[in-house]
Amino acid sequence: MSSAAIDHAHDHDHHHGPAKGITRWLFTTNHKDIGTLYLWFSFAMFLLGGTFALVIRAELFQPGLQFVDPNFFNQMTTMHGLVMVFGAVMPAFVGLANWMIPLMIGAPDMALPRMNNWSFWILPFAFLLMVSTLFMEGGGPNFGWTFYAPLSTTYAPDSVTYFIFAVHIMGASSIMGAINVIATILNMRAPGMTLMKMPLFVWTWLITAYLLIAVMPVLAGVVTMMLFDIHFGTSFFNAAGGGDPVLFQHLFWFFGHPEVYIMILPAFGIVSAIIPTFARKRLFGYDSMVYATASIAFLSFIVWAHHMFTVGMPLAGQLFFMYATMLIAVPTGVKVFNWVATMFRGAMTFETPMLFAIAFVVLFTIGGFTGVMLAITPADFQYHDTYFVVAHFHYVLVPGAVFSLMAAAYYWLPKWTGYMYDETLGKLHFWMSFVGVNLLFFPQHFLGLAGMPRRIPDYALQFANFNWISSVGAFLFGFSQLILLLVVIKCIRGGKKATAQVWEGAQGLEWTVPSPAPYHTFETPPDPSLIKAQ
Amino acid sequence: MLSKAKLWLSLAFGALLMWSAGAHAAWELNMPRGVTQISRETYDLHMTIFWWMIAIGVVVFGVLFWSIINHRKSKGAQPATFHESTKVEIVWTLVPFLILIAMAIPATRVLTAAYDASESELDVQIIGYQWRWEYRYMDDDPNAEEVSFFSSLATSREEISNSIDKGENYLLEVDNPLVIPSDTKVRFLMTAADVLHAWWVPEFAIKKDTIPGFINESWVIVEEPGIYRGQCAELCGMDHGFMPIEVHVLEPADFEAWYAEQQQQALQVAELTNAALSMDDAMAQGAEIYTRNCVACHQGNGQGMPPAFPAITGSAKATGDIGITMDTLVNGVPGTAMAAYGRQLNPIELASIITYVRNAFGNQTGDMVQPAEVNEFIVGGQ
Ligand code: HEM
Ligand SMILES: [Cu+2]
Repeated sequence: MSSAAIDHAHDHDHHHGPAKGITRWLFTTNHKDIGTLYLWFSFAMFLLGGTFALVIRAELFQPGLQFVDPNFFNQMTTMHGLVMVFGAVMPAFVGLANWMIPLMIGAPDMALPRMNNWSFWILPFAFLLMVSTLFMEGGGPNFGWTFYAPLSTTYAPDSVTYFIFAVHIMGASSIMGAINVIATILNMRAPGMTLMKMPLFVWTWLITAYLLIAVMPVLAGVVTMMLFDIHFGTSFFNAAGGGDPVLFQHLFWFFGHPEVYIMILPAFGIVSAIIPTFARKRLFGYDSMVYATASIAFLSFIVWAHHMFTVGMPLAGQLFFMYATMLIAVPTGVKVFNWVATMFRGAMTFETPMLFAIAFVVLFTIGGFTGVMLAITPADFQYHDTYFVVAHFHYVLVPGAVFSLMAAAYYWLPKWTGYMYDETLGKLHFWMSFVGVNLLFFPQHFLGLAGMPRRIPDYALQFANFNWISSVGAFLFGFSQLILLLVVIKCIRGGKKATAQVWEGAQGLEWTVPSPAPYHTFETPPDPSLIKAQ
Repeated sequence: MLSKAKLWLSLAFGALLMWSAGAHAAWELNMPRGVTQISRETYDLHMTIFWWMIAIGVVVFGVLFWSIINHRKSKGAQPATFHESTKVEIVWTLVPFLILIAMAIPATRVLTAAYDASESELDVQIIGYQWRWEYRYMDDDPNAEEVSFFSSLATSREEISNSIDKGENYLLEVDNPLVIPSDTKVRFLMTAADVLHAWWVPEFAIKKDTIPGFINESWVIVEEPGIYRGQCAELCGMDHGFMPIEVHVLEPADFEAWYAEQQQQALQVAELTNAALSMDDAMAQGAEIYTRNCVACHQGNGQGMPPAFPAITGSAKATGDIGITMDTLVNGVPGTAMAAYGRQLNPIELASIITYVRNAFGNQTGDMVQPAEVNEFIVGGQ
């Protein structure tokens, strides 16, 4: 009896610090370690996907074919999209969720730590599988990240099967991650942390997790139907066999539209944390922010066919999806107005996280404006599948989702590493990214309006000027990201010691633990008096 | 820090200005107004929603930047404590909502009009292929000679590979343009033979997917005779960027004349199919057809890009039984990029290209096939 007690005590001691060496990372069930793994993985994917993008922009620098053949060009656009969406943006948000949700709600860890380990470690294999297709006979997937059938089935390269399995694995990883987030938030909040006191990052992730659970199975279903069409003679999407290529698009976008909100809702949460901190003023309209997020999530399920205005839906269908899409701009607008009202009459300072957050508000809103334009169906006939759409979704995803991730990295780096990052380098990174991203994507609006289709490796001469500018912006933006790498490495290795509070105006439980956050936090619940309304 | 940013900006714009001085290409910023009633209404919708967005942007960004400039800690600003107001929330929910309703009304009207394809005076079927278009005129008289033809990129491979200067309509020019009359309601019935494509001419404000197994409708009444250009707008594989659209809009009388001439030519093809083709003619015409249709995959030297695109030189299909060569050309190889040319080329052209691949690129079968034989092969159910 007593020896068992001693053993147990010993065991307990053992678990206080991380294991040594590679096994720490392979077998870890610690939310902070897993968060770190996710973040590094997503950064690596960001650089890989960025390299693919630079191949695309190099080819488009001038009219004519210079560097790659059209088939490889299509593989680059496809891989760029897939790697950025599934490899960079989504895992980065999961990484932040792992690190921050337990710290924000006063929980000792995620609810399902072993599944947490598993959901990360299957990801590298999924991407290995997917990227390896580039080296296979016949080349990798070349049908766009939206992989419309029958280009992705009857007419696909053989490697499509690897792509399908990779998507299955990514989907499984996302679903496990989402279950974990929901279980953690619903069950592990510290006493006193009521739902309406949760930081918005927690709220937005809770809603995102439900979106993930709802739509990832649809994605799994659609790729499985592809698999059957390719290998088992079914004709889900093959018109010659009685199937329906348009059905593919309905299924894909039923997943795809919520997916774009999966990539932006957590970003809303991050920005809602950072702006009040540096404006030194409480977030304006917390309740309305929560309701707006929930309405966006609901509406995101009934707008999918706005990606399909040109497939020849009946008039009634077109009108329904047009109205629903216009409607989604309303709660999105409410969010932007609330952020601006938070800054209004605050006492602002402009450290790097705040710069990224403000740029997010402005540039994401520009993406929202073009979104509303795209909702106008007759006008969308002109915009659809042109660079105007490319500009739209890159504005919401790059200076939108990706800037929010950078803001988050700068904001929480001191908490993660215990050191302040180099502010000068941070600002340099911001300004280079800001100029780069606008040079890169703003001219694409003009290209689209003037008639340049997307996904083409070569273009007519009247598109030469803006393509040239866009490519210059791409290289500026791309190489600026190495500054972020430098900042992070420097910050891990040392610097000015960070206090627990880190930022003068920061609110919330994560700032009550020391910096760096100890390996185990909130093993006993925090004092309820520390939990304040946001 | 700010000054560094300004430095970058001015560098970027300086470079831009210098470069643009010597540039020839346009700086087109906006959508064309187009040449149909619907295209103009679409343009107006686009501009209306654009100005609404600008107006909202001015207000929102105005407040934002005003706050950034005035409410900074370095200027001694003290943070206010307000953090909610139901009244304000209601206002900024309702106002955008009303603006959107104001937009939805004209958008609904234009969309409804664009969907009314009834009472057309001329119907043309548009079929998308990897990577060209087919146009078929649907004559009211079922006994009339059918006018139908394929329309492929006319820009040379040399221009694309930068070995010669690019022409004015680089990548936007075709061998056989679609021809339609002005001031006439023309209905397009669109479908595809392989993967999805989308037929788009910006000046008409028409973009419609062409989908295998489906027939989509669209229509135009073009007021201005002229030449209008567009491109395929749905990713359709390797040469998606190389299947442009060119439409010649003629005065109705000119169109009638053109149409009669096409019917005449169709008759002639039928006659020539029964005439004998000489080896020299076959080889000359075959070389032309090869350049237009085959070079993209099988390459100028006939070596292809194995394994996806096999070589012609020494190929069993090109040098073995002539029936197999014929079958490959006429029916394509299902599941690969090798298209079925049976409909895309007429029997004379088919006979030429079959003869050509059997006798060019080092292949020396020395045999040939006659148009009539090819025709028999096609008509005889292959
Ligand atoms: C005001 C809110 C928004 C509206 C009204 C809106 C509307 C639209 C519409 C109508 C399209 C289809 C355009 C076309 O293909 O013709 C579209 C495309 C797209 N949007 Fe949005 N959008 C909004 C916000 C967002 C957000 C927040 C994101 C993601 C963070 C996003 C990501 C995308 C993506 C990725 C595509 C294109 C996908 C593709 O075809 O590859 N949008 N949007
Ligand atoms: Cu969408």
